[in-house]
Amino acid sequence: MAGAKEIRTKIRSIQNTQKITSAMQMVAASKMRRAQERMRATRPYAKRMREVISHLAQAHPEYHHPYLGDRPVKRVGYIIVSSDRGLCGGLNNNLFRRLLRDMKEWNDQGAEIEFCVIGNKALQFFKRTGGSIVAEATQIGDQPGIESLIGTVKVMLDGFDEGRLDRIFLASNEFVNTMTQEPTIDQLVPITGEAVDEIKHHWDYIYEPDSKQIVDALMVRYIESLVYQGVVENLACEQGARMVAMKAASDNAGELIGELQLAYNKARQAAITQELSEIVAGAAAV
Amino acid sequence: MTIHVDIVSAEQEIFSGPAEMVVAPAEYGDVGIAPRHAQMLTRLRPGEVRIKTEGAEDQYIYVSGGMLEVQPHVVTVLADTALRAKDIDEASAMAAKERAERALTDHKADIDYAKAQAELAEAVAQLRTLRRLRNTGRA
Repeated sequence: MAGAKEIRTKIRSIQNTQKITSAMQMVAASKMRRAQERMRATRPYAKRMREVISHLAQAHPEYHHPYLGDRPVKRVGYIIVSSDRGLCGGLNNNLFRRLLRDMKEWNDQGAEIEFCVIGNKALQFFKRTGGSIVAEATQIGDQPGIESLIGTVKVMLDGFDEGRLDRIFLASNEFVNTMTQEPTIDQLVPITGEAVDEIKHHWDYIYEPDSKQIVDALMVRYIESLVYQGVVENLACEQGARMVAMKAASDNAGELIGELQLAYNKARQAAITQELSEIVAGAAAV
Repeated sequence: MTIHVDIVSAEQEIFSGPAEMVVAPAEYGDVGIAPRHAQMLTRLRPGEVRIKTEGAEDQYIYVSGGMLEVQPHVVTVLADTALRAKDIDEASAMAAKERAERALTDHKADIDYAKAQAELAEAVAQLRTLRRLRNTGRA
């Protein structure tokens, strides 16, 4: 019966683990829903901002903001958005792997790299692999405020203004759906693509105080809102990935318990049979 | 004749709808915007945005600064939710750097004067909004 007892304790411990993982799965599911709502709520701001910037780009062609101009790349900066906590499957590692590939390309071109990390996991990873981390923001929680990101973004933007960085990227996970998160790397500065769409207008704003200051402030807020969106989206990804990972863990635990239960039943049966045959043999001897 | 008003912050949409007139705390004094106002772009101080709507009571929305964009039929307020001042931004950038350098506990030195001042301005404006709300509630 010794074997059976061992198996029973094992089953119990796995059952406990299963309880924890399925609880985590449910927590992640409800958090994910909230994170998705938050993700949607951030969209109007960036949309409006893009509209204003594209108005500006047309209305005011003589002032060229540095963020709109390309220049030869000697140093690049990455703002890396990761989760603070683990147990979310391959979410962070997939992103880091994608990043390392991207970084290698820049290395081959002789560009130096600086990091700004958001989230504990990225901090730990890049501390381990070595790399110049110039700013960090960790423990941003489930409901991040934009104020926790202003500083880190500013370090990078200052780097661009001072000419220390020539290009800034944002690396984060894109929320495709609950099951799928796509690691993506987007160029933040110089601003490309849709932000400077062409619609021909012949008017200009009344500026208060003056156009340059306003454009500068707008650009900074625009970049911040993009990073913030990345962070919020990454949070939704984190919860999604955790939900899936915990579901897989619960399923695996269930399978394991089934197998052990079978082994336990067999051991029990064998013990009973043995006992019986011993009794029968004893009776026959008398 | 109405003008469409959108108030959004980086974190959420705050207000969206038509209005007869909007009064906003621009950097150089309050501005009132009626439909067909000329295009304008300005910064906002911490304060309240007053939205005059047809038939209904005025709405007051508190913003802690931001940007105001005016198009002839659309007013957009890009509100800041965080306190913004050059010194504060600078300080938070320094803090981010410091954290990265040490990746350890934050030790804040002395009281940040600029931050205190900005916080005071915000608190005063918030109080004003609250008082007005209470008054209208009673009436």
